[in-house]
Amino acid sequence: MLKRFWPWFWFLVGATYFLVPLYATLDFSLRARRGELSFAAYTSVLNDIRFIESFMFSLQTALATIVVSAIVIVPTAYWVQLRLPRLRPVIEFFTLLPFVVPAVVLVFSLARTYSRTPLTDSREGLWVLLVGSYVILSFPYMYRAVDTGLRSINIHDLTEAAQSLGAGWFTILTRVIFPNIYVALLSGAFITFAIVMGEFTIAALLAQPAFGPYMNRLASSKVYEPSALAIISFALTWAAIAAIQWFGQGAQARVAGPR
Amino acid sequence: MSFLEIVHVHKRFGTTIAVEDFTLAVEQGEFISFLGPSGCGKTTTLRMVAGFEKPTSGQIVIDGVDVTNMPPNRRNIGMVFQSYALFPNMTVADNIGFGLRIARRPAHEIRVRVEELLRIIHMPEFGRRYPYQLSGGQQQRVALARALAIQPKLLLLDEPLSALDAKIRASLRQEIRDIQRQLGITTIYVTHDQEEAMALSDRIVVMSRGKIEQIGTLFEVYNFPATRFVASFVGTLNQIEATVVDAAIGLLAVEGQQFRIARPLPQHRSGDRVNIAIRPELIALDGQFNSAMNRLSGTVEDVTFLGSIVRVRLRLAANRLSMDIFNNPHLRLPQPGETITVHFAPEACLAPGDDTPREASNAQPLSASAAEAA
Repeated sequence: MLKRFWPWFWFLVGATYFLVPLYATLDFSLRARRGELSFAAYTSVLNDIRFIESFMFSLQTALATIVVSAIVIVPTAYWVQLRLPRLRPVIEFFTLLPFVVPAVVLVFSLARTYSRTPLTDSREGLWVLLVGSYVILSFPYMYRAVDTGLRSINIHDLTEAAQSLGAGWFTILTRVIFPNIYVALLSGAFITFAIVMGEFTIAALLAQPAFGPYMNRLASSKVYEPSALAIISFALTWAAIAAIQWFGQGAQARVAGPR
Repeated sequence: MSFLEIVHVHKRFGTTIAVEDFTLAVEQGEFISFLGPSGCGKTTTLRMVAGFEKPTSGQIVIDGVDVTNMPPNRRNIGMVFQSYALFPNMTVADNIGFGLRIARRPAHEIRVRVEELLRIIHMPEFGRRYPYQLSGGQQQRVALARALAIQPKLLLLDEPLSALDAKIRASLRQEIRDIQRQLGITTIYVTHDQEEAMALSDRIVVMSRGKIEQIGTLFEVYNFPATRFVASFVGTLNQIEATVVDAAIGLLAVEGQQFRIARPLPQHRSGDRVNIAIRPELIALDGQFNSAMNRLSGTVEDVTFLGSIVRVRLRLAANRLSMDIFNNPHLRLPQPGETITVHFAPEACLAPGDDTPREASNAQPLSASAAEAA
């Protein structure tokens, strides 16, 4: 009996720690009008053109980050596993650097390095720098997700099978490797998406109209709207997880292997 | 010139020699097996033919074209892997048609070819399934069909049946041979299972420690093993520790019982200990043979009924000697503990000094005694 009690006890402690602030935020966000529960704060947020603009900006930036990091990381992780397994610890160390180097240091280094190039002269250039910074931030998550995905399939034999059938490297990557690490790539992409959507430091220092700085500005000028925004962000995150689960079901079964 | 020529191929990985001076000529339509224990270099050689490894030196020529430095995707070689290596994201039909799509063949042609191959592997209704929905044997048949779809010049199979259970292995083995004969495709098959190599091959290449020990037909390799390694690896082999009595005439003794081998032992002197090898089926119960042959007496340790064959194990001092007798309901089988006399021809003995690879025709004729007796 006692054996069953403690796991449930700790589960409930954890769930309470997670759910109470969430419930408090939700409850607070619904009390914009005195004496009643309403969606006034949500209406206010969703009607704000800056919300739509900043959200769309961050969405585009997140998608660009995901595409670039996939293009950079998938071939790298694939090649390291296939031909340079001894380099794996070195690559892993580099991908962990964003955990060690603070975002402030990263953005100042980038700005200083590229200050005399067209990248810092235009809005588009700064956006490229922003995407580049986010790609670096996504390294630990994307690399690990892709690496795990590659380990779940026999890339050596699949590569050689494709080669013997006449496929070149590009075909192997696009038709064999990418589709088979689809789920892993999606999970890495999701974390990247979440990071980019909420990132503040780099976007603010590069003066970009992103969602993170918008949330920060809103928090300093409004009372209930930031809570509504937090709940909206939370809902979007869960929607993204559900989407990954839904898209990934078929692919996961296919990679699962023989019965 | 042969269809496939592997000429003095060497392969080193750092300081390790994986393959040493490998030379082989394969005729079109031939089924060759590379047989040997793990780490003998058979898979490395196959991978060099496929193009996945580059020889350190030597040359590989397929159909008159030097492919030594050609990338694998341009060699037009079909390969079947032990792990099946089917693309998990594709259906069976898409897997089989993959090579044809890479070659940009018309969609109609691909469909027709895929259907034809599905019929050949007896899986016409499986085209829409995914690999994970198939059993191991079915997956390997699909892998075979995929390799054959591109009409390769050469079919390479790297231990394709190792991951399957015994019954499926036997049936699929026959299926592979039937398909190979039907299509007349030149095939190289890598295995460590001698039974598999024997059941499938026109010729066998026995390898050990990166070198070819012997190349020959199954009959040659089994009956005329070029080296002691071949004799012990292909089939079962008894080893007897004996004392040299007269090296000049090849007279030996075990437990005071003298017997002769077919050749002298010039490198030995009287009193030396030597190891002699004899196949179990070349030893007979006394009374079955009428010619004057070697005779040894021993105590029956064990009698194992194996269906068509009965294996009797004798104890001769520190030696154990197995012999095979064809099953016969009227035969009185020896009983454990009983002392019996067995005999064998001097030619049945493989003597020391037979460790240098030689041509099959010069090899020790292990079956000579049986032929004489017959």
